[in-house]
Amino acid sequence: MRRLLARRMKFHLLGAFLVSIGCATLYKFGIAEPRNRAYAEFYKSYDPMKDFEAMKAAGVFECAPPK
Amino acid sequence: MLASRVFGLVGRRSICTSLCLRAHGHAGIVKAEDYTLPAYVDRRDVPLPEVAFVRDLSAQQQALKEKEKASWSALSVDEKVELYRMKFNESYAEMNKGTNEWKTILGGVLFFLGLTGIILIWQKHFMYGTIPHTFSEEWLSAQTKRMLDMRVNPVEGISAQWDFDKNEWKK
Repeated sequence: MRRLLARRMKFHLLGAFLVSIGCATLYKFGIAEPRNRAYAEFYKSYDPMKDFEAMKAAGVFECAPPK
Repeated sequence: MLASRVFGLVGRRSICTSLCLRAHGHAGIVKAEDYTLPAYVDRRDVPLPEVAFVRDLSAQQQALKEKEKASWSALSVDEKVELYRMKFNESYAEMNKGTNEWKTILGGVLFFLGLTGIILIWQKHFMYGTIPHTFSEEWLSAQTKRMLDMRVNPVEGISAQWDFDKNEWKK
């Protein structure tokens, strides 16, 4: 029972720190990084006018009908 | 502090708890209720509880208590254990021991989840009516085609999964 609180506190503080840092790292490298890369890749070779013409041809625009 | 001022004004005698009301018929002496007395607890952080575990000692135990007042080397091992058990309910090892309660809890949780599932299946089969026509195959495929035409979520979503050149889903 000696140093009961100190031992418990040390264990839990360390654990909480590691778990939170771990969660943050996992999120950054599992979710945030791939997302940023996907956006970068998409916009590298993105031609908005070509995209617009394709959408216009498909007929989704009310004010720009496919003609 | 304000409360004590109120007491002074109103007079201590007029504030009676139900216990005191009961005592008014019995010469003004109230038997202390169990919950008001110090209690015994089995807790890791309370090594010496306020009272001994056994409150009312039998004659044999009282004799043992008398013997305890003499030299302790005169006590046998069994007597020492008996004295320990009189003072404490569970030893630290017994107190900290885990139980199998988690199995019961897990079983109960899964059981009620299953029961809920059965109820939901029954409801879908017997209670709910037909789903809207917008869930039919033709409607859904027309809906998806329109989403792709509009280039919905082109970076990571549905339009990113469609190959617009080959007109099929990406592998």
